[in-house]
Amino acid sequence: MKFSDDKLKQVDEMISHYPEGKQKSALLPLLHFVQKENGGWLSSEAMDYTAELLKIAPIEVYEVATFYSMYNLQPVGKTVFEVCQTGPCMLRGSDGIVDYIYEKLGIKPGQTTADGLFTLKTVECLGACGYAPMMQLGPDFREHLTKEKIDALIAEGKTKAN
Amino acid sequence: MADEKKLFTVTIDNITVEVEPGTSILQAARKIGGDVAPPAMCYYTKLKDSGGKCRTCLVEVAAGSAADPRPMPKLVASCRTNVMDGMVVKNITSDRVIDARNGVVEFLLINHPLDCPICDQAGECHLQDLSYEHGKGASRYEFKRRTFDKHDLGPYIQLHMTRCILCYRCVYTADQVTNERKHGILMRGDHSEIATYIEKSLENDFIGNVIDVCPVGALTDRTFRFKNRVWFTKPVDAHCNCDKCSGEVQLWMRGDEVLRVTARKDEWGEVKDTSKGETGWICNTCRFERKNASDWIIEGPSQINRHSVISQGHYENAVKPNETIKKVMGGRDPKLLMNIKDVSEVNQVELSEIKGAATSESFKQLKKGN
Amino acid sequence: MGRKLLLDKAHIEGIRHYDVYRREGGYRSVEKALKTMSPDAVTEEVKKSGLRGRGGAGFPTGMKWGFLAKPEGVPRYLVVNADESEPGTFKDRYLMEFIPHLLIEGMITASYALGSNTSYIYIRGEYWWVKEILEVAVQEARNAGWLGKNILGSGFDCDIFVQPGAGAYICGEETALIESLEGKRGNPRIKPPFPAVKGLWGCPTVVNNVETIAAVVPIVNDGGDEYAKLGIGKSTGTKLISACGNISKPGVYEIEMNISVEEFLYSDEYCGGIANGKKLKACIPGGSSVPILPANLLLKTAKGETRMMTYESLSDGGFATGSMMGSGGFIAMDEDQCVVKHTYTLARFYRHESCGQCSPCREGTGWMEKILLNIENGKGKMSDIDLLWDIQRKIEGNTICPLGDAAAWPVAAAIRHFRDEFEWHVTNPADALKRNYGLANYEKPLEIAVAAP
Ligand SMILES: Cc1cc2nc3c(=O)[nH]c(=O)nc-3n(C[C@H](O)[C@H](O)[C@H](O)COP(=O)(O)O)c2cc1C
Ligand code: SF4
Ligand code: SF4
Ligand code: FES
Ligand code: FES
Repeated sequence: MKFSDDKLKQVDEMISHYPEGKQKSALLPLLHFVQKENGGWLSSEAMDYTAELLKIAPIEVYEVATFYSMYNLQPVGKTVFEVCQTGPCMLRGSDGIVDYIYEKLGIKPGQTTADGLFTLKTVECLGACGYAPMMQLGPDFREHLTKEKIDALIAEGKTKAN
Repeated sequence: MADEKKLFTVTIDNITVEVEPGTSILQAARKIGGDVAPPAMCYYTKLKDSGGKCRTCLVEVAAGSAADPRPMPKLVASCRTNVMDGMVVKNITSDRVIDARNGVVEFLLINHPLDCPICDQAGECHLQDLSYEHGKGASRYEFKRRTFDKHDLGPYIQLHMTRCILCYRCVYTADQVTNERKHGILMRGDHSEIATYIEKSLENDFIGNVIDVCPVGALTDRTFRFKNRVWFTKPVDAHCNCDKCSGEVQLWMRGDEVLRVTARKDEWGEVKDTSKGETGWICNTCRFERKNASDWIIEGPSQINRHSVISQGHYENAVKPNETIKKVMGGRDPKLLMNIKDVSEVNQVELSEIKGAATSESFKQLKKGN
Repeated sequence: MGRKLLLDKAHIEGIRHYDVYRREGGYRSVEKALKTMSPDAVTEEVKKSGLRGRGGAGFPTGMKWGFLAKPEGVPRYLVVNADESEPGTFKDRYLMEFIPHLLIEGMITASYALGSNTSYIYIRGEYWWVKEILEVAVQEARNAGWLGKNILGSGFDCDIFVQPGAGAYICGEETALIESLEGKRGNPRIKPPFPAVKGLWGCPTVVNNVETIAAVVPIVNDGGDEYAKLGIGKSTGTKLISACGNISKPGVYEIEMNISVEEFLYSDEYCGGIANGKKLKACIPGGSSVPILPANLLLKTAKGETRMMTYESLSDGGFATGSMMGSGGFIAMDEDQCVVKHTYTLARFYRHESCGQCSPCREGTGWMEKILLNIENGKGKMSDIDLLWDIQRKIEGNTICPLGDAAAWPVAAAIRHFRDEFEWHVTNPADALKRNYGLANYEKPLEIAVAAP
């Protein structure tokens, strides 16, 4: 993995948010960036490159990448449904959403469809409890979920793949 | 000014000592010694920033200071709380402390494998000591224990993650004693583990010290020969002329054989200072490569007083070990530590059939024989 | 209609952007502070206002600012806590999404008071689009001269950066947040030293919640005394409440802290009552960490007084019969909800979010989760309930940071008030899988003990 000059400029911009010598602070934003550039997940090569960019030891990157739930340490399906299942969402029927996705796609939490298109995950509170049930889909939230909305999201995922 | 040297007076379990300002409650209590010193599983005097994590050293502060004698509402980690002048602390005289500590020990044990009979650390394990004093007879934990595969971190060190209590000492050691850290704490919460992420071997010249700081048997010496129970071996102080470290070590011997080399430790199980007053970390060459008695100048038997299992002295002329652990343990009831029937490999071996020292070799032979 | 100080203009078309915000009177507080007040005078107004931290602990903000160490030649930092991850809480997101300049304005004024030349907003990574909204707003403010060098010719320099988290509730704890902002794992620090002395990169730091900082704007504009006139007693001003669960109108409401819980829950101005004509069974009034209350204790205190939406009234009765304002995450449960299951999801949440540094929290949260799942699935034993109680008791107060307490309290309160429901799960395992325990006596009026004449 190697960034173009243009990308390196973006990295420098991130590092410029902190005082001299505190470039390690850019680690979280940079990992988000690297993950995006690396097809949605952090390979060990990608993490080693991140360490190199920030002039820190690779273990410092691994420690952080494995701590936070938004970093994927393995490749993920093209469409990832991350359904919130914490109390407030549960009260508004998140279990039903998970069941319905199983009914439609045959995947349980943690599984990916055979064609690699969809992954289902259950996650903990995303700060959208008043708009429950909800899920995270890529960088966006999908709220007030219903069966109809799930149908639409599945259709959307299939179109995107084609 | 004359009062620059003013010492602080602190009373712990009704015993009063004077200490320098800036001393932690734990260090003040160690000055008194004995039971008054709280157990410390994560704090390590020689490692900056260590402590505060395991919560075994919690104490009650019954009076904050002479100036402000109010009690502190919560129990505090004695390793990371400094004394104030006139402070009154309760350790074993506090029911709250004993209750909380029992809780902490139970938490540390629920996912611990209790494989002491096959653990290299048995006999010098701080968790084992702790559970004698605070463990309950039977575990209330009815779920599957967390397990990890054991694996080698290079040619010298074996990691048995299942036993790790996440004290962070080995991480601080790698940061502070070696100048390159390749292992760390990965994942989070109850999935946290010590690891390198991608297989890497730990080879820095001083990395072997992580074995000495590990309070349990999670990091062990792959070059430890015969994997003897420590109480069958004889620790002696020795030194050599080493260009990397002080060369002042402890040899664990049986007869003329050097089974293992470690740093010298004080009564709290921490690495001692050398004769030159530096922290006595030793290099990998001394620890892993010098396994001949002729490599060393032997000074004499080590003075060991805290880890009573070792100080029982059973290593003297040991021809035949005592067959029940209880005897080896000086008559103390083994409690849950030695729940042998629960432990995988040992289940298959009848201990009484072992002739001579109960080494891993003899286990292997017995198993083959069956 | 109660007074609104923060969200009164949030729905004006285009207020997300600078021009409209400014036209509506935005950035007046910065002008006033930088041109006519000393930094200490700003802090003084905040002290007078009685503003208490809106992140959960309710600590007086002015006092917190007063503790900030000011050694010569050492930079100081203001960090805004926008990590918002406490289940039931989604108020800061609303404020930042709809009226981001209010936060930025408050930050500039607060940075001036604290002497912070570089201030950060630490926002949870999942709110990625909100981060982008904020970045646009910061750029607009910069372009308009509200950020940068020598703002309004006052000699005060200030810049603001938005830092994303990456999925970790624990980074809402202020020292974990600082660690995370330094590019590390979100392990809370052992205190002391406190951030006011040694925070970000070892420098004195103030960490404040989004809403707290936004409230600085009306405080400076109208004066601390004016602000303090709103609310009751030590609960001054307005508070954002995010209401969710089984209510008719979930959402974010700005309330003046002088209304009753009953009004908040049942009036059409706010939650609009329990959805689908059902009855209220229980409520967690201040975010998942605070004690759950059965309906009868929610609306009235054990003394029989009307429970108000204030810090004091919500905690009236202590843990025995009260709860807390917490972060203002109001979670209502209707008659068909299962307290055991809900408690299980919270225990699972805390296990998932424990940083794993200290043994009681790392090991205890997982243990509680497993036992609760067993009980929920009809595999529990009577003794499990006492065991749960004992585990939570041994976590509480014995950990490095308050996440341990936050994990223990919901379990303790659920057992305290709903023990019969736990026992029912144990004695009727088959039923427990099929149906819920229902309302039982939780909504019946309380019998108030009257002192003998
Ligand atoms: C586990 C835990 C999570 C927290 N999460 C948040 C949070 O998401 N947002 C927040 O503002 N404060 C949170 N806090 C409180 C902060 O530690 C801190 O008290 C607060 O940001 C201070 O700001 P305030 O005084 O303005 O409330 C959390 C505390 C703990 C212990
Ligand atoms: S391996 Fe040993 S030293 Fe390292 S954290 Fe675990 S118990 Fe501590
Ligand atoms: S209480 Fe939990 S979250 Fe807080 S430091 Fe300890 S393990 Fe981490
Ligand atoms: S509980 Fe699902 S978003 Fe909060
Ligand atoms: S020794 Fe003090 S907390 Fe571990």
